[in-house]
Formats: sequence, C-alpha cells, structure tokens
Amino acid sequence: MAQGRIRGKAQLSVYAGLIVLFLLPLILQRFYIYLLSTILLTGLLATSLNLVLGYGGKFQFHHAVFYGVGAYATALMLTKTSLSPWLSFIVGPLVSGFLSLVMGLICIRLSKLYFGMLQISLGSLVWIIVYRWYSFTGGDDGIHGIALPDIISSPNGAYYFTLIVTAACLFVMYMIIKSPFGSVLQGIRDNPIRSEMIGINVRRHQLLALVIAGFFAGVAGSLFVVVDNTVFPDMLFWTFSLEILIMCLLGGWFTFLGPMLGAAIIIALRTFVSTYTSYWALVLGILMVLVIFFLPNGVLGYIEEKIKKGFIEPVIEE
Amino acid sequence: MDILYAIIPPRVLSQILVGLSRTTILFIVSSGLSLILGVLRIPNIAHGSLYMIGAFMAYSLSIFFGGGDLGFWMALIGAPLGVAIVSLVAERGLFQYLYEREHLMLLLLTFAFSLVFGDLVKIVWGTEYKSVPVPQMFQGFVNLFGGLPFPLYNLFLLIVGPIVAVALWFIVNKTKIGKIARAAAVDREMVGAVGINVSWVFAIVFVIGCLLAGLGGVLVAPTVSVTLGMDHTLIMEAFLIVIMGGLGNIWGALLGALIFGLAQSLGILIWSQFGIIFPYAAVIIVLLFRPTGLLRATW
Repeated sequence: MAQGRIRGKAQLSVYAGLIVLFLLPLILQRFYIYLLSTILLTGLLATSLNLVLGYGGKFQFHHAVFYGVGAYATALMLTKTSLSPWLSFIVGPLVSGFLSLVMGLICIRLSKLYFGMLQISLGSLVWIIVYRWYSFTGGDDGIHGIALPDIISSPNGAYYFTLIVTAACLFVMYMIIKSPFGSVLQGIRDNPIRSEMIGINVRRHQLLALVIAGFFAGVAGSLFVVVDNTVFPDMLFWTFSLEILIMCLLGGWFTFLGPMLGAAIIIALRTFVSTYTSYWALVLGILMVLVIFFLPNGVLGYIEEKIKKGFIEPVIEE
Repeated sequence: MDILYAIIPPRVLSQILVGLSRTTILFIVSSGLSLILGVLRIPNIAHGSLYMIGAFMAYSLSIFFGGGDLGFWMALIGAPLGVAIVSLVAERGLFQYLYEREHLMLLLLTFAFSLVFGDLVKIVWGTEYKSVPVPQMFQGFVNLFGGLPFPLYNLFLLIVGPIVAVALWFIVNKTKIGKIARAAAVDREMVGAVGINVSWVFAIVFVIGCLLAGLGGVLVAPTVSVTLGMDHTLIMEAFLIVIMGGLGNIWGALLGALIFGLAQSLGILIWSQFGIIFPYAAVIIVLLFRPTGLLRATW
C-alpha cells in the first residue's frame, strides 16, 4: 500500500512537472529556455545510457559516439540533401541505432572492462574519421548554421520540440524497462550465469538494449542540432562520454529519473560556475570526489532511500 | 647495407625507427598503468595527467637549471620524483579508502582526479604551449645503417626503453617488494594475514607506477610541444595498449606498445590522412581474436 501511495504521488508530480515545463516559456527569458532545452536533451542522453549501464549492467564507456553520430547524420542530411527536413530527425537516430548494432556485435562477447575498452577503441575510430574527413564532415570545424524548418527554428519552437520528443522518448524507455524485456535485462545484470541457465539468450537481450540505447542517444543528438544549430567533433570525444557517466552517477544509477536530474544539476552548475571562473573542471572534479565518497547511490538514490524508510516503517508498526 | 635496403626501403626503415622511439614512451607510460591495474585493480585515468604534469615539471626544472644539459638531467631525475610525491599524496589522502569499490566508481574517481589535475596544471603553468630544448649532447643526427639520418635524441630513447623494461622486470620479479606486490595482487587478505602491511605495499606500487608516467612525460617533453590536453590522447592509447597486451602484464604492455607504435608510424606511410586509424584498428583486430589480450592477464 505504501508502495502504491509513493507511485501515485510520483505519477502526479511527473504530470505536474510536465505542465510546469510547458508553461515556463511564458515567463522565462530566452537564455533560460535555451538552457532548459539543453538540460532536457542531455538528460535524455544520460537516461539512454542508464538503460544499458544501470539496468543492463554493461560498461558502456563510449556512449557519446551514438549521440555525436546521430547529430552528424541529422546535420549532414539537413545541409547536403534536399529531402524533407523531418526525415533527417528519423534518419539520425536510425543511423545511431545501426552503428550501435555493429559495434555491439563486435563488443558483446567481451565482459566488463574489456567490453568498455573495445568500445572506446571503436568509438575513437569513429571520432578520428569525423575529425579528419574535412570534405564530408567539416573536420574539426564541424558544421555551423544548420537551417531548420520554420516551426522549430525559434528558441521557443526548439524548446517545445525538445520537450515533446524528450517526454515521449522517456515514456517509451520507461515502458521498455517495465516490460518483460526490461525485467529480463535486470535479471541478466544481477546474475548473467543463472539467466543463461534458465534459457535466456543473454547476448541477444544485451545487444537489443545496446541498440535501443544507441537509438535514443541518436535522438538526443538530433535534438542538439535543433537547439544549437551546430555539430562539432568534440561531441563524440571520449571525455564527454565520461561526463555523461558522471551525470548518471550523480543523479543515481538505479533510478529512472536520476540521470535526468544529474544532467540538470551538472549543466545548471556549469552555466552558473562559468560566469565566475574558468576552472569548471576543477569544480566538477571536486564535486565528483565528494559524490563518490558520500553519495554512492546518487542524489535521487539517496532521496528514494529516505522516502522508502519513511513510508515503510510506519506500515510495519501497524 | 644495400641488401638491407633492398629488403626494406630506407623510407620505411626510418619510419620504423621513429615508431620504435614512440614505442619507448608508450611502453614506459603504459607499463606504469599496467602495474597499477594488475596489483591495485585501479583503472587510473589520472595516469595521463601525471604524464602531463611530468612534462610540465620537466619544463620548469630545465628552465630553473639554465635550460642546458644540466637542466635536462635534473628534469630527468626531479620531475618523476615530483610526480611520485603528488601521487603519494593522492594515494594516501583518497585512493586508499576506495580499493574495495567497484571498477566503475574507481574509473570515475580517477577521471575526477584527471579533471582536477588538468585545471591545476592550467593554474600553475598557464595555457600557453611550452617547449623543452633537446639537450646539447643529443642534438644532431647519427647515420644508421650507412646513411640513414636518425635524431640522436630518438636513439637515446631507444636505449632508455629497454633499460626501464629490465629495471621493472627486476623490481617485480627479483625484489622482495615485487614479490609481495604480486602476492597481494592475487590474494590481498592472505598477504595481510601473514603480517605484511598491504596498504603500504599498495602505496609503493602506486607510486612506482605513477613515477613511470612522470618519466614518460619528461622523456617526451623535448620531442613535442608541452601543452594542456596532451594527457587525453595519451591515456587512451595507454589504456588500449594495456588491454591489448593483457591487463597487468608488463611484457604485454611492451608488446602492445610495439604494435601500437609501429602501426602508428607505418600507417602514416600507407595513408597519410587517416594513418592514425591503423593503431586503433590493430587493437580491434587483436581483441577480436584474443578477447583478453595477447599475453596472460593477471586478473
């Protein structure tokens, strides 16, 4: 019963949050709208990583590759072809998903650290190609001033587009995690050998999770093109992948909205700190050390622990 | 000599030599990383930052001692020691409390350290490029194989590499601390149970590993421009070398560094624009056929 009460409240607050997010452009300045869009799409990226990392238990060290490739695919289609711009927002994520499938097929046999390192190696290959192939990707300059359809070219339009897509994607991911497939995935994470014993095809499930995560990372990449009108090779450099990992850790691995919260904290903090000092990395590093020492389950994980204690204990007393 | 050139064209031969001197740097840095991974089980991303700090310290020391030969030798001794002190403080202050954590946490912790170190370098040394002069005695070229000009400094690197490898082999296999460290890598509790202070053994291994990163930084300093961000490329290469060679295996690090260094230098001959993809491709091919590395991993 206590569980039900928590879930009801959580659902209500999600709806309330969505309504607030919808109304915010009426009162906020342009800059904050842009910031909010960035938070939403980065949060989507972090959530997609958490799908394989927190729920799938795979050391996905180079998630930024799928984000960057999705963004580049969208940007290249918008600038180099005359096809419908809306099509590019579908093609971008599909390219990411396909890349994820290819990289997954190569890496999936390996476990833990080896998996992560092989993935970083493959991802670095993709990064090099993007970085060096001047004639096609623009090299280290990237692609700037990408023209968008009118309806999403204004800051508010971009914001609403990002909000709707992010909300829809989060909903789909939530359904995936709550589906039988999601349960199997978590079972594999907790005990791969036992899962194999009871007849689950471990690799196929993990591969599918990788592809799904890659696809949604590609969606986040496409949204980045909408919000920023630009792409650059640093989007798929490995340090950015670790920053996404930090967002997941800060918000909370084993919670669904944790990565979104982590992304919000880090991006808001970065914007705030950067106005005072150019040593943002120093602040982030110290913050990370503190989180690892004192909040190993992340902010939301900590809150959830507290709430569960508060709710369940009285029930036992009854 | 003509026979040699008939088999290997001089252009290829000189690239091989360049690759071998690159291998020396890669080996020195990644053997330190491998040592720490093998014994302490820490995937230390901050290792690259220590390499960078070593290079910057070499710059400062060489300026302090007048920039000549004396400056170089002082840097060669002083900078690795400086890095060792920094790493000792980090290990005793923070890392020692986290050995029991899972790898992902350690990875992120060391990444946090690399962020902090990066900004500290920016605060201390600024953002400009620094250059360390090649010492007088190593300036100029030597003619190898009858008429192949090769920088003297690179020849010096080719001599230092094997010396470090042998010294490391000696420490790990023949000294008491090396034997204890290897035992602790296998079963930490048992080593503690026979009355050895494992915590300090780990600290010493960590410091030796980091000292190697600093040494790599000093040795590379005269050949490149010392700059912020030099840690990011190197740490990734070192990690891939360690993975390719077999986690924690020193000889694996040597083999991995050889493959990586040679693939890099010869790749440029084959396809100059995308030459840099060859070492990464080599890693992928190795891992596809030997998923846990070329040589036996320690864990």
